[in-house]
Amino acid sequence: MELAPLTVAVPLLAAGGLTAASSRVSRATAEVVALAAVLALAALCAIILARTASGTEVYWFGGWEPRADIAIGVSFAVDAIGAGLATLVSGLMIAALVLMWRYRDTDAPHFQVLMLIFVAGMVGFCLSGDLFNMFVFFELMSVAGFALAGYKVEEQEAVEGSLNFAITNTIGSFMLLTGIALVYGRTGALNLAQIGESLAAGHVDGLVIVAFALLAAGFLVKAAVVPFHFWLADAYAVAPTPVCLLFAGAMSELGVYGIGRVWFDCFAGTLALHDDSLRLVLIVAGSLTALLGATMAFAQDHLKRLLAFATIAYVGIFLIGLGLLTSAGVAGAALYVVADGCGKAALFAAVAIVQHRRLHVSERRLRGEGRELPYTAAIFALGALSFASLPPFGSFFAKSVIEDELIKQGYGAVLAVLILTSALTCGAVLRLIGRVFLGWGPVSDREPSRDEEAAPEEEISSARTPAIMFVPALALALASLVIGVIPGTVEAVQAAALHFTDGSSYARVVLDGAAPAAVATPPPYSAPPHAYLYAAITFGTAVGLAGLALFGRRLAPRGSDPLRRLGHAAIGSLHGVHSGHVGDYVAWLVAGVAALGGAFALALS
Amino acid sequence: MSFLPYAVAAWLLLVGLYGVVTSRHLVHLIVCVTVVQASTYVLLLAIGYRSGAAAPIFADIPRSTPVVDPIVATMTLTDVVVEATVAALLLALAVQAHRRFGTLDPDELGAMRG
Repeated sequence: MELAPLTVAVPLLAAGGLTAASSRVSRATAEVVALAAVLALAALCAIILARTASGTEVYWFGGWEPRADIAIGVSFAVDAIGAGLATLVSGLMIAALVLMWRYRDTDAPHFQVLMLIFVAGMVGFCLSGDLFNMFVFFELMSVAGFALAGYKVEEQEAVEGSLNFAITNTIGSFMLLTGIALVYGRTGALNLAQIGESLAAGHVDGLVIVAFALLAAGFLVKAAVVPFHFWLADAYAVAPTPVCLLFAGAMSELGVYGIGRVWFDCFAGTLALHDDSLRLVLIVAGSLTALLGATMAFAQDHLKRLLAFATIAYVGIFLIGLGLLTSAGVAGAALYVVADGCGKAALFAAVAIVQHRRLHVSERRLRGEGRELPYTAAIFALGALSFASLPPFGSFFAKSVIEDELIKQGYGAVLAVLILTSALTCGAVLRLIGRVFLGWGPVSDREPSRDEEAAPEEEISSARTPAIMFVPALALALASLVIGVIPGTVEAVQAAALHFTDGSSYARVVLDGAAPAAVATPPPYSAPPHAYLYAAITFGTAVGLAGLALFGRRLAPRGSDPLRRLGHAAIGSLHGVHSGHVGDYVAWLVAGVAALGGAFALALS
Repeated sequence: MSFLPYAVAAWLLLVGLYGVVTSRHLVHLIVCVTVVQASTYVLLLAIGYRSGAAAPIFADIPRSTPVVDPIVATMTLTDVVVEATVAALLLALAVQAHRRFGTLDPDELGAMRG
C-alpha cells in the first residue's frame, strides 16, 4: 500500500511546483502539468481500487504501526468504497481540466493550482483512516472549493455565492471539529478503528450522542441535506462550469461518505442497538432533501441552478441508501454516486457548451436557440435518461438495489420519494431540451430577472464549439451508461459495501494487521421485474411533467386553475425561503443542528 | 478539572453563532465566525488540560511527570492554521463584495434571491 500517500503527494507537489514557478509558467504549461498530475493520480487511484477489492489495506505514515493494539501513528486505511470514490474524483477532475482547456482564458497557473489542491483534499479525505486527518483534508478541499466558487471575482453573484458557501461551510466545519474534540475527550483516540473499539467498550451517554450528532451535522452541511442545503445552489450557480463537474459530481457525496465512514467504523459498535431509530432519522432527512431538491430543480430557469438543485435531490437519495445502514443500502448508494456523478457531470459539461455558444444559461431566453446544437441536445438527453434511471444506465441498477432494500426493511413508502425525485429531475431536463433545442413551449413574456442578466463567463460568443469540449461531456455520459452494462459491477460494489459496513473487520485490519475478513461472493445480480415497472412509471411521469410545463398553458387558459395558483404560491414561498442571505442560512443551520441533536437524543436514548 | 472552560467554549459557540445570524456588516460577521472558531480552541485545550501538570517536553523533567496532552495542542495549532486561511479568504471576499456592491451589509447584497 506504499502507493496510497502518493495520491495526495502528486497533486500537491504539482501545485507547489506550479506556484513556485508561477511567473515563468505559460498557460499551456500549467495545463499540461495539471493534467499530467491528475492522470497520474487517476492511475494511482485505479491501482489502489484494484488492490483493495479483497478488503481494507492500511498504510502507516513514517512506519508508526500500532503497538499493543494502540494506534499511535497516522494512517491511510483504504477500502474499495473509499478508493472507488477517489477514482471517481480523479476521473471527474480529468474531465474538468480537459473542458477547461478551450473554455476560457483562465488566470494560469492559479486556477490549475487551486484545482490540484482541491483534488488532493478530496482524495485524502476518501483514503484517510484518522478522524482528525479527515477534518484537515475536508478543510483543504473546502478552502480550495471556496476560492474556486468565487473565481470569477469580478461578478456580484460569484462574490456573494462564494461568501455564502464559505461562511456556511466553515460553521459546519466547526461543528465537525467540536464533535471530533468530544470524541477525543471520551476515547483519547483519533484513529477511526481505535475510536470504535474504545466507544464500544464504554457506555452510551449524552456525550456520545452529542458527538455523533455534531459529526453528522458537519458532514451533512457539506452534503447539503435539508435544512443545511441553502448554500449549495448559490455556490454551484456561480462557480465556473468545469468546477461544477467536481462540485456536483463528487463534493456533496463526500459528506454522505463521511457519515458512513464514521458510523460503521466508530459508532455502529456502541449504538448498534439503536440503529432502527437512527435509520428513521436519516431516511426522513434524505426524503425531505430529495423532494425539496427535486421540486426546486423543476422550478428553476437558470440551467446551473437547476442542476445544483438536482444535486441536492440526489444527495437525498444517497442519504436514504446509506441511512438504511445495511450493506445493500450502501452498495446501492455507492453505485448511484458513481452513475449519477458521471451523469450530472455530463449535464454540466453540456451546459458549458451551451454557455460557450450562447453566453448565458437562462432556459427561457434560450428558447429555440439550441436548434443547431444537436450533439449537445443528445448529451442532455442521455443525462435526462440517467436521471430517470432507465435501464441499462448504472442508475437503474443502483436504484433497484436501494428499492429492494427499502422494501426488505419495511420502508416501502419511500419508493414513492425515489420515483418522484427521479421524475421531477428528469422532467426538468426534458423540459429544457424541449424549450432550448426544439423551441417548444410559450414565448417568455416576463422581464428577465437579475439572475438571467448575469455577466457572461466569456466575452464573445463563439460560432462553433471546439471538438475537445464534447470529449468530456460525451465520455461522462457514456460512463454513466457503461457502468450499468459491464457485467459484475453490481456484484463488485456489493462486495465492497460488505467490507465497508464491517467495522469489526476494519478494526482488526487496522489495529492488529490481520487479513481482512473474507466476504461471501454476492450472487449474480439481476433487477427484479418491478424495477422495470418503476423505471417506466418514472419516465412516464417525467414526460408528463415536462409536457405540462411546456404546453400546460395551451391546454388550460391561464389563471383559471386554483391548483396551479396553489402550486405557484408554494413554489413562491420555497423561492422566498432561499433568500440568499447568509444570516438566514446560518440560522437554518443552527436550527438543523438542534433538530438533528434532538432527533438523535430521542432516537438513541 | 473544572467545568468552567467547557462553559466558556459553549458560550463562545452560541454568542458567535448569534453574531453571525444577526450581523449587519460582513467584517463583523467574519469576526463572529472567528469567535465560533475560538470556542473550538478552548474546548480542545480544556480536554487535554491536567491540573498541576507540566508542559509535555521531556528534555529536563523525569519521564514519569504528569503532563498536559500534547495531541490537543497540535490539533489546536492545525486548527489555527486552517481557519486563519479561511478567515483570510473570507476577508478577501468581503473586500470584493464591497467593491462590487458598494456595501458590506449582507441584507443589501441580494444577488442570489430565489
